[in-house]
Amino acid sequence: MKGIGVSPGIAIGKAFVIQKKEPSFIGILLTTPVEKVADTIRFDAAIKRAIHEVEQLKSTLSLSEEDSAILDSQIELLNDPEIRGNVIDKIEAQDKNANDALLEVIAGFVEVFESMDDDYMRARAADIKDIGNRILKNLNQSAENKQTTFEPGTILIAEDLSPSDAITLDVKNIIGFATQIGSQTSHAAIIAKAKGIPAVVGCGSALIEIKNGDAIILDGATGLLVVNPDKESINQHITKRDVFKEQAKHLKSLKDTPAITTDGTRIKLSANISNAGDWPAVFENGGEGAGLLRTELLFMGRDSFPREDEQFEFYKQVALHSKGNPVVVRTIDIGGDKHLSYFNLPAELNPFLGYRAIRICLDQKDIFITQLKAILRASVFGDLKIMFPMISNIHEIRLAKNILEEAKAILRQDRVSFKADIKAGIMIEVPSAAVTADLLAKEVDFFSIGTNDLCQYTLAADRMNEKIAHLYDPFNPAVLRLISFVIEQGAKQSIHVGMCGEMAGDPLATLLLLGMGLKDFSMSAALIPAVKQVVIDNSWEKAKGIWERVKGMHDSKDIIEYLTEFN
Amino acid sequence: MITNNYTILAPQGIHARPATMLIKLAKGFKSAISIKKDGKTVKLNSMLGLLSLNIKGGETVAVMIEGEDQVEAERAVNQFFNDYLKDL
Repeated sequence: MKGIGVSPGIAIGKAFVIQKKEPSFIGILLTTPVEKVADTIRFDAAIKRAIHEVEQLKSTLSLSEEDSAILDSQIELLNDPEIRGNVIDKIEAQDKNANDALLEVIAGFVEVFESMDDDYMRARAADIKDIGNRILKNLNQSAENKQTTFEPGTILIAEDLSPSDAITLDVKNIIGFATQIGSQTSHAAIIAKAKGIPAVVGCGSALIEIKNGDAIILDGATGLLVVNPDKESINQHITKRDVFKEQAKHLKSLKDTPAITTDGTRIKLSANISNAGDWPAVFENGGEGAGLLRTELLFMGRDSFPREDEQFEFYKQVALHSKGNPVVVRTIDIGGDKHLSYFNLPAELNPFLGYRAIRICLDQKDIFITQLKAILRASVFGDLKIMFPMISNIHEIRLAKNILEEAKAILRQDRVSFKADIKAGIMIEVPSAAVTADLLAKEVDFFSIGTNDLCQYTLAADRMNEKIAHLYDPFNPAVLRLISFVIEQGAKQSIHVGMCGEMAGDPLATLLLLGMGLKDFSMSAALIPAVKQVVIDNSWEKAKGIWERVKGMHDSKDIIEYLTEFN
Repeated sequence: MITNNYTILAPQGIHARPATMLIKLAKGFKSAISIKKDGKTVKLNSMLGLLSLNIKGGETVAVMIEGEDQVEAERAVNQFFNDYLKDL
């Protein structure tokens, strides 16, 4: 069985199935004013008791600030004049009894929230259902006997867990849970993650087949659920569980550890991302912003170029979810091996040396200016920087910057706000740019070294061609000299230098690059902890020494061998 | 009556937690306080009403305050939108 894994970890235990009674309509109409008054009083009393219940929950449990805030918002919802007002209206004007009136009012609000265009708000529908059920329970005085203590090693199986259910989970004995419905943002998911309990939600109706006492394996990362597994499968998962626990402990311990060398040099580790949805993984791995936002995703899988507003929305979402961290937005990098179905690029003999990236943008100004305007407009929502890819000479920088100024002028004229002093930089990925880094540094605010292309251009080795894969070698002294020169020139002219190519995420290269003076590494989020480990275990002095040694080596084979010793 | 416009500084917008705080804040004053987005106005005594406006980060809302303590209320509302929301 498979669901959505929302909280990683492996749980192996016994099922406990929570049955929920569906609230139902009574159908009786109230005929006399006395009955109506009686139901109004009954309803008010039910709300009072429901609030009392939640307050008791709050005071008897030691809750985290977040869990406590969830209960506060429940109390606020229970107190809500809109709910009460609408229920009383239905009792007064439509002769409904309190039970039915409440069910209708709750269903109405649930519909409103479920139709919102925001995952978070949609998930709030569950909160409203939850408080509805709580009032209903008190209205009907059915003292639902809730089991509150469980056998050790219990895996809860339920249709859904309400916030109050989830908060009061007996975490000592409950080692995991699975629900029929739910999503990444439902309370059950949020709380499972916060408490570190493996959980799978959205398993669907197949979950009802599970009976009390069934043996269960649950994998909260992949969403896998195995009922009554065989011995072999259990053993496999026990190993997997132990490995996960070790790793999780270790990585978690690094997440909030600043990336500082043993001699106090602060290193910035950020992530390469493709859209706003990548942020959670970045922060979970301790990333500080995005050293590269690829914008190609926005242009792919569609029939025409995205309009300015659509692009703006995309960049704005990235900015809004950045938690104030810097984001380097790379302007569109198409051509080469990246094609768009609606944009006809003629076939070329050497596409990587051809019409691509900034070359297209400078030639087809309308595409470029639309993107620049959208990025500029989004720049008020976060710390965005603009980066031009594939720069090979100074002329291209000047042209690109002129067009950027043009985009700003249009926005100014239209009285649209943007960050006027937005930083603009370039990718260093063409050898001619690397060799002239001293000249280019005077024109831009920052460099970001793209090692993938820099390596293939420097060595004239197509990295997709398996026959010459051995030639594509970032540890070749030629590549290392270029990288070192770029870092050195950046420092001399006091501009910021970062690296966003694959080399930045290779722990084998970390000390070498650090020794050259690189202090800003951007990579896939998942690679951050491993690179951080190298940073915090070593000193900058040692790294400098390593680069000094490597500088004197002639063959990348020796270099790799030497570096491997340190890992 | 005092009317002020605010841009929502919290990236996630007015979700449950800031909403709870804003409602609590509004209830602390005698003035009638309401909030308006896209032509829809709700009183700030209802969490559901507030949440149903689906106010997102970067959007602009208007807040109307009227009553004997409107000056003090305005100060508190200013602080909420300009400072508290920023730190979320």
